[in-house]
Amino acid sequence: MATLEIHDLHVTVEADNATKEILKGVDLTVKQGETHAIMGPNGSGKSTLAYSLAGHPKYTITSGTVTLDGEDVLEMSVDERARAGLFLAMQYPVEVPGVSVSNFLRTSATAIRGEAPKLRTWVKEVKEAMERLSIDPSFAERNVNEGFSGGEKKRHEILQLELLKPKIAILDETDSGLDVDALRVVSEGVNRVRESGEVGTLLITHYTRILRYIKPDHVHVFAGGRIAESGGAELADKLEAEGYEAYTKGGASE
Amino acid sequence: MAEAQNIPVGSTTAGQIAVAAESTVATRMSAPPSFDVADFPVPHGREEEWRFTPLDRLRGLHDGTAVANGTGVKVDVQAPEGVTVETVGRDDARIGRAGAPVDRVAAQAYSAFEKAGVITVPKETVLTEPIRIAVHGEGGTAFAHQVIELGAFAEAVVVIDHTGDAVLAANVDYLLGDGAKLTVVSVQDWDDKAVHVGQHNALVGRDASFKSVVVTFGGDVVRLHPRVSYAGTGGEAELYGLYFTDAGQHQEHRLLVDHNTPHCKSNVAYKGALQGDDAHAVWIGDVLIEAKAEGTDTYEMNRNLVLTDGARVDSVPNLEIETGEIVGAGHASATGRFDDEQLFYLMARGIPADEARRLVVRGFFAELVQQIGVDDIEERLLVKIDEELEASV
Repeated sequence: MATLEIHDLHVTVEADNATKEILKGVDLTVKQGETHAIMGPNGSGKSTLAYSLAGHPKYTITSGTVTLDGEDVLEMSVDERARAGLFLAMQYPVEVPGVSVSNFLRTSATAIRGEAPKLRTWVKEVKEAMERLSIDPSFAERNVNEGFSGGEKKRHEILQLELLKPKIAILDETDSGLDVDALRVVSEGVNRVRESGEVGTLLITHYTRILRYIKPDHVHVFAGGRIAESGGAELADKLEAEGYEAYTKGGASE
Repeated sequence: MAEAQNIPVGSTTAGQIAVAAESTVATRMSAPPSFDVADFPVPHGREEEWRFTPLDRLRGLHDGTAVANGTGVKVDVQAPEGVTVETVGRDDARIGRAGAPVDRVAAQAYSAFEKAGVITVPKETVLTEPIRIAVHGEGGTAFAHQVIELGAFAEAVVVIDHTGDAVLAANVDYLLGDGAKLTVVSVQDWDDKAVHVGQHNALVGRDASFKSVVVTFGGDVVRLHPRVSYAGTGGEAELYGLYFTDAGQHQEHRLLVDHNTPHCKSNVAYKGALQGDDAHAVWIGDVLIEAKAEGTDTYEMNRNLVLTDGARVDSVPNLEIETGEIVGAGHASATGRFDDEQLFYLMARGIPADEARRLVVRGFFAELVQQIGVDDIEERLLVKIDEELEASV
């Protein structure tokens, strides 16, 4: 069973000619089949955790370990991490002019699966996945994320999640900026992947709203660059009622 | 010999362009068009038409110090049956009929060439094989002139290949008779040190179609000046260009479409990728719709993809409209970067860095390559684009 283990992770970023520590010792274990929600106020370091795990060059790991099934993730390049089974659904998906969605998906699937998917079954697979996410077929010929609305970008991220079938999926504020209909469609996509039982999900969010659609097994409150409190789904209800104040005032942060 | 009676002699020489002399397109030039190099002052580099060009790298083409030395270029023409291939003297009436030189180097080439090549496709002759002109640089300096004439309703594809090393100033005239269809692919695949400056003049006959594909990969300095004007109504011109500018290279494409005749169309699309320190691409797209050119339909577009730091693009579209009675006129210019975020996004989906770069660049050029319509050229371009990328990664 695939397991992502994060131990005492410290991460810095260069900003305004100064080095700032954002993550200050994160410990977290995500196993295949589990869903962990990471909730926290703005600036708590949630997205930094997501991008650090994916290997974004902006972030420097200063100490700690990240392993996937015992393999050192931090030693891997960005593409190696993806091929090892890590997937990051991004909060702000990037426009890639000149590259069509269909070409992108196929190139990506070929890289992840280690061989080019058979054309006939691939076309069907993509078409069905797009239908389930209410993505218009014309998107296949559009350039990656170019001119997509916020909701279209997020559905496109979940389309990739469904097609690439990672071991560990990190969803970075996938719910932000979505209206209720789009949130439902996107959540259904995530749930289909979860129901396979083969993915461990790290759901990063600012709001409890998405947790009505995607039920987490564990909820972690992120504050001041580390996990301040962990619990079950009931912790989300507490946050819904009381907000993050208890964690941002003094408490565990800074 | 093919007749091109629809083309009035001198239709685009000085008299015609004088009509546009009040326009900014024409007045931005420092001297009116002329076949005589003496009519152009030696440029100092601040003139509008020279301000982007590194004059010190033109090896004297601009100031009269470059001298033909007999070892400039070797030209080999392969033409299918039915095509006439001639070498003619300076007094041949077909030379210069498609347009006069507009800058000093073009006039220098015109003033200095000794013999011109003339290729003629007789009227109603439809070629099934391309005419191939191989221009191979032998390391010296040369001035040249080539005329390609299609008679009425003739159809041809011409591929002009530039390879090797040379200092070359050369003009090409395309004369299209009524209803003729000409596709020209000019590939500048020079060695690193070559300098190539030239003006391409197309005179498009009534209901004729001209398609130009300019592909520039090599050379130290390449500066081309494709120009189109129309000799009758219903003419169409498609001008496509593709360049891949590497470290230290200067590649400059300056286009002019002169809509001097009613009910003609033009479509210009140039795309370039740049990589490496001091890679410099220049694109000037001038479209002039003269007062009498009612019913004109024109669009011009330039896109650049900057792959690394240190590269520079100057892209200047200029659309000048003297009549409102037109079908359409538009232009667009955009320069984008292949940045770290795009690379990260593609890599985060398992795609290795070099493949990600290839995906983006091939995607960027694909649409344009498909417009060429000559299979072996399309293949070769895709291979060449990959080679250019290999060299960089």
